[in-house]
Amino acid sequence: MTGDASSTVFVKRLGLTVVVALLCLPALLPTLWMLSTAFKGDAQILRGDGSILPHPVETANFAKALAAVPFALYLRNTVLLCLLNVVGAVGSSAVVAYGFARIPFRASKPLFFTMLATMALPGQATMVPVFALFRWLGWYGTSLPLVVPSFFAAPFYVFLLTQFFRTLPEEMAENARLDGAGEWTIFLRLCLPLSKSALATCALFQFVDTWNDFLGPLLYLDDPKTYTLGYGLQQFLGSFGSHWPQLMAATALFTLPVVLLFLFAQKTFVRGISTTGGK
Amino acid sequence: MGGANYRALLQDDPLFLHSLWVTLRFALVSVPLATAVALILALLLNQRVWGISLFRAVVYLPSILPAVATSIVFVWLLNPETGLVNLALKRIGVVGPDYLHDARWAPWALVFMSLWGVGGAVVIYLAGLKDVPVSLYEAATMDGAGAWQRTRRITLPMLTPVVFFNVTMATIGAFQAFTESYIATPGGGPEDSTLYVAVYLWKRAWKYLDLGYASAMAWMLFALTAGALALLFASQKRWVNSDR
Repeated sequence: MTGDASSTVFVKRLGLTVVVALLCLPALLPTLWMLSTAFKGDAQILRGDGSILPHPVETANFAKALAAVPFALYLRNTVLLCLLNVVGAVGSSAVVAYGFARIPFRASKPLFFTMLATMALPGQATMVPVFALFRWLGWYGTSLPLVVPSFFAAPFYVFLLTQFFRTLPEEMAENARLDGAGEWTIFLRLCLPLSKSALATCALFQFVDTWNDFLGPLLYLDDPKTYTLGYGLQQFLGSFGSHWPQLMAATALFTLPVVLLFLFAQKTFVRGISTTGGK
Repeated sequence: MGGANYRALLQDDPLFLHSLWVTLRFALVSVPLATAVALILALLLNQRVWGISLFRAVVYLPSILPAVATSIVFVWLLNPETGLVNLALKRIGVVGPDYLHDARWAPWALVFMSLWGVGGAVVIYLAGLKDVPVSLYEAATMDGAGAWQRTRRITLPMLTPVVFFNVTMATIGAFQAFTESYIATPGGGPEDSTLYVAVYLWKRAWKYLDLGYASAMAWMLFALTAGALALLFASQKRWVNSDR
């Protein structure tokens, strides 16, 4: 390649990089502005100078936010809900998926498609009857409606795990069966350890889903002691008044775990999302 | 009887008809807009540029952040006096409105906010772009097709099944929109301009405990969604490439 051609390639790529950078920047802007505001003093906000740099840097916002929102309590509630949902959804979905993928039975196919079809049913269509059911059970005002359903398998995870379990070699299960292993042993000892990446994808999605959930707590929680972070934060949107730095500090703390998870597990997220689209 | 709820909804409840319109309008504007933005971003993020994985991460991240957090941040960004948007407008001598308390602006503010959720669709487009056979591009380049022609004649047609999938998902999502409206424009917004069906349904069911009425509303919303999806599937033959 001549020097001219390679420098044309260089200039082209540089130009394209600048265009992409400029178009991608807005995606980050709200998050950056949230962080910048979280470190600003009220005086700088009132001045309205629009600078992204906090001056002076006010770290007290975080302590004030923690004191204003019962942060530790909401955090504990949220983490507990997340853990129970992850264990419930991934565990039960894996059992169901194992059945669909590895155990031939009559009506397996129609059942599988019926399950997939329920994914197309919008949550709002079933929301009211489900709410009426939980109220009839006397679960309104408790965290049970936010936990128990996850133990009954989620269609998307069942789909994802069924696809994955089908790729596992059948000979291994055959050998184990000859050695006298039952289906549960094969499932727990062979299938699950080989499926860590698929299970991790489901766990990650369920964690973020529960962490981000707003509608669930809004529908079922009425005791401030059981509030989650997202729900609690929304309650404080009004009461913070014009203390934007404190509200942004609280919002940043609420967002941080999702951002950290994303940074450490970006590939797992992207793989999960791409699978959804590829089906 | 059960039928009475439906008759009341359609005949005696102008607010319900209004909420249907508000929801439909949001879907009609936000779905095409989000599709276009996601496609453009995906095509750009499929180019050879430096720092590509960083840019992809930046575009994807906002779509997994909690809707509560994003909505609160947007309430702050759109604050009439000290929000970033109006501060920037002031620099160029424009006095911006109070977006979330003005019926002329609030619906569009929510459409604008929804654009920060396109990251998931971008990732799905990128996965689809990887599946376009390289041989097609090579043949086209040999025939003298430029970058724009390759995009128009090869990439976009090959990508239509993925576009169809994303439009379907976005449509379902748009008809269910709730959290952003609930938090950024509480109670249905100024003059009920952001009263999505889901928000109105929530009001009837949870504020007034009118479960039967709300259920009827939920079924109407479901029928609307199903109708939109039926139209989408009927249109499939005309624009979705089925060669793959």
